[in-house]
Formats: sequence, structure tokens, C-alpha cells
Amino acid sequence: MISFSQVCKRYPNGFNALKNIGFTLEAGEMALITGHSGAGKSTLLRLIAAIERPTSGSIIVNGQNIGALKSGAIPFLRRNLGLVFQDQKILFDRTVFDNVLLPLQISGFDSRAATGRVRAALDKVGLLDREKTRPITLSGGEQQRLCIARAIVNRPSILIADEPTSNLDADYARDIMTMFKSFHQVGVTVLIATHDVELLGDTPLRIFALNHGELTV
Amino acid sequence: MSVWVAHHWYAFVLALKRLAGAPIGNLLSIIVIGIAFSLPAGIYMLLENLQAFSAEVSSAPQMSLFLELNANSDEVAQIGARLKEHPRVASFEFISRDSALEQLKQGNGLGDLVDGLERNPLPDAFVINARSLSPAALEELRMELQKWPRIEHVQLDSAWAKRLDALINLGRLAVLMLAALLSFALVTVTFNTIRLQILTKRDEIEVSKLIGATNGFIRRPFLYFGAIQGMAGGVAAWLIISLGIHLIDDDLRNLTQLYAVDLSLHHLSPEDSLSLLSLSACLGWVGAWLSVANHLWQIEPN
Repeated sequence: MISFSQVCKRYPNGFNALKNIGFTLEAGEMALITGHSGAGKSTLLRLIAAIERPTSGSIIVNGQNIGALKSGAIPFLRRNLGLVFQDQKILFDRTVFDNVLLPLQISGFDSRAATGRVRAALDKVGLLDREKTRPITLSGGEQQRLCIARAIVNRPSILIADEPTSNLDADYARDIMTMFKSFHQVGVTVLIATHDVELLGDTPLRIFALNHGELTV
Repeated sequence: MSVWVAHHWYAFVLALKRLAGAPIGNLLSIIVIGIAFSLPAGIYMLLENLQAFSAEVSSAPQMSLFLELNANSDEVAQIGARLKEHPRVASFEFISRDSALEQLKQGNGLGDLVDGLERNPLPDAFVINARSLSPAALEELRMELQKWPRIEHVQLDSAWAKRLDALINLGRLAVLMLAALLSFALVTVTFNTIRLQILTKRDEIEVSKLIGATNGFIRRPFLYFGAIQGMAGGVAAWLIISLGIHLIDDDLRNLTQLYAVDLSLHHLSPEDSLSLLSLSACLGWVGAWLSVANHLWQIEPN
């Protein structure tokens, strides 16, 4: 569950990225955050993962108050989140397999259990036959799927994606969105920031529209 | 527990991989550490050898008690009696002036010269074995005997060994200072190696933090790396010393045989070798820790 209440975020340079945001996303729900670029979509997602701290207001994620979280507790919060980053953050010095393995190494899985989980995650995104290749040889859509595999390998209860379809053509983008919907169907809470509302298709979803840092719906 | 083991195993393997990943650069660092460490460790090894040698030579230091030339036999007997009752004297032997002259005549090929003497120039003497062999106790006994009547001179045969001991102690101090200075070199080398590594691993560190790595998880491979590199440097120092011994041992033996002593070099004892390795590993760890503490906080995900 993710719950925002009267959240403001002001950056040190004085820019008010978010103003008085309040919403609740129940466990197992799927929602989109839309808005023009610079509307505060990324900031909102970064607040959930405690990459940024709110200036005021409270954010509750899985029962934990993000604003009051000690820095030593942040890693353990993040292990329960699956994050797909806007700039992907793929490590190009290792194979596809090792990229997906990293979250499990961080959680301290032994290598046999980890191998099974990595294969399962890669299978889910359709990259199982590419596990030994270098990420640089993957297409844009495949790289995005690699990021998703890394986000879900820890079986998080919440999946957060920042512009997961921004660099993809329409077919690939639809693939990716279908994938997120399938995670939603097995009970994962999914929150996706996108400026591309067309991708929704006809699935009814909650939409939070951001405009200059304020929720308009 | 198993998570703890998995984390440490992961860090250890990663550190080894990073070592193997840049073999030339890391080998050069290890050699630099080895050279820096071989200097104090090598000098220490030489001192240990010297000390063992001096202990061997002066294992039973004797004291010679020379009487005045005009001491008569009553006075000699009196001194003998006093020595017998002295608690610090283990045993003694009387060498009369006549037998001393006889020994001189036979021993050193000086027979003709001795025959030419008008009268015996040698004094009566006692050779004393002391009960306590510590330099301080010997010196005390010497001072005491010196004050007895009719005693011309008391000579401690181990005086030169004592001087050597003092020199060795001074050398130890120098080794300690040298080791302290060169330890800084080791810490510096590791500090810089780790700094470069952190800079090249920026992406990995950032991603790891974003997907839930604790600071300990990120720090650990660097610490292992520092410790392994330091220990490898210690091994290099040990090998350099081995090489040094191998190169000079034959020549040294030839030299010492000319002086009719047998001095061959021994390598550091197993305990000292172990200390060398653990010290270098610890210093590598410290260098890595300083580097990580200084540079890791600069990499915050954004």
C-alpha cells in the first residue's frame, strides 16, 4: 500500500516539484501517473523509494513512514520495491544474467536458489535465451525487459516504473504495458509514470494526472 | 547466519575477481607494497640472526679475575675461600701464574719469546662462572669483585656480546621506525587503488544502492580487496627476503669462515612470518577502509 498525505517537495534551488499531494493506492491496485514533462512524476516515484525525502507531509509505503525512515532502514525498504528507472541503469560490464542476479546477491541469496529465480524472471520477460549475452547487444525493447526482470526478481509487492516505454516504438511499448498488467493480475501493486496515455488501451485503470506539481483528478 | 556467510563469500569472490580483472596494475601495487615491506622485515631478519649468533657465542660468559703481581699464596687462598662462599659464583677455577705461563708457552707458538723473559709477567688468576648470566647481574658481580683487596682487574669476557646486544636493540628501534613509516606507504597505496576502483565502479555502486544494498554490502568487497592486496604484498616481501638470503648466504658463509665462525642466515620464523602477513593484511584493510569512508558517500543515487 502507498499513501501520500499533504506531501510537498521543494528542491534546494527553490523549485516546488510537488504541492500538497494526497492519494492512496491500495495493495494490488495498478495506477498510472501522467502529466507533461517536469510535472513531478519522477519526483513522486523517487519519494516512494526514498531517493528523495519529502519537504513536508507523510508518505506511507508498506506501513513505513518514508519521511521518518532512518537511512540504515532505506535499503530494506527498497528490497520490497521493484524499481524500473527512466535511465534504465543497466550495468554493461556484465551479462544479462548477472544484471538480474545483482538484487538477489544484495539480499544474500545462496547461488543455487538465486539462479532459479533469475531464470524464472528472465523467462517471464522473454529473455531466457539471452542470459549469457551482454546487455549492449540487446535491442531497446529487450533492454527495457531486462530492467523489468531485475525489478521483479526479488518478487516485490510493489512495482514502480518511470517512463518504461519512452524510447520504444508502439509495438514494443504495448508489449511492456501488457507485461505490467500481467504482474498486476498476480497481485502486485503497480505504479507507472508515463506521458503516453495512448498506451492504456481500453483497460480501466486509476490515473493520477499531475500538472505543475499538483494532482488534477 | 547463511545470509551473513553468503554476503562475505560474495564480497571475497568479488574482491578476487577485481584483483584478477586488472592483473598488471594490481601486480605492480603488490610489488610496491612488497618492496616497502621487505626493507624493515629484512633488517629485522638480519637482527634476529645476529642476536641468535651472539647468544650462541656468549652463551656462558666467564669472568676473569686478575690478582696483583705481588699477591702471596695466603692472600690467593683467602680469595679462593671468599669465592667459594659467594652466592653468585657457580664455580671457579684457579690458574696460577706458573701454569698460565706454561699455557702461553705451549699454546700460541710464543715459546721462544717466553723463554727469553727474565721473570714471569703474568698474575695469578681466577676464571669464574657466574650463577646468573643476565648482563646486569654480571656487571654487578664484576663491580663487587673489583673492590676486593689484592684484585688488579676483573674482566667480563662477554663485554663485546653486551655491546652487540645494545647495538641490536638500537637496530630494533630503527626497524620499528622504518616499519611505521613504510606502513603509511602501504596504507597510501591501498587508499589510492581503492579510490580508483570506486570511481570506475560508480555505476555499479549507484545501482546497488538503488536496489537495496546496505553500505556494508558495498563497502565489503573493497575491504576484502585491500586486505588481500596487503597480504599479497606481505607475501611478496617474504619472497624478496628469501631471494636476498639465497643471494648472499654463500658469500656470507665464505666470509664468516675466514673468521672461523659459522654464521648462516635463517629466514623469519613462522611466527614472525605470520605477523608480517597479518600486519600487511590489516594495513591494507585500513587503507581500503579510509578510502571507502572518504569516497563512498560522494556517490549518492540520483
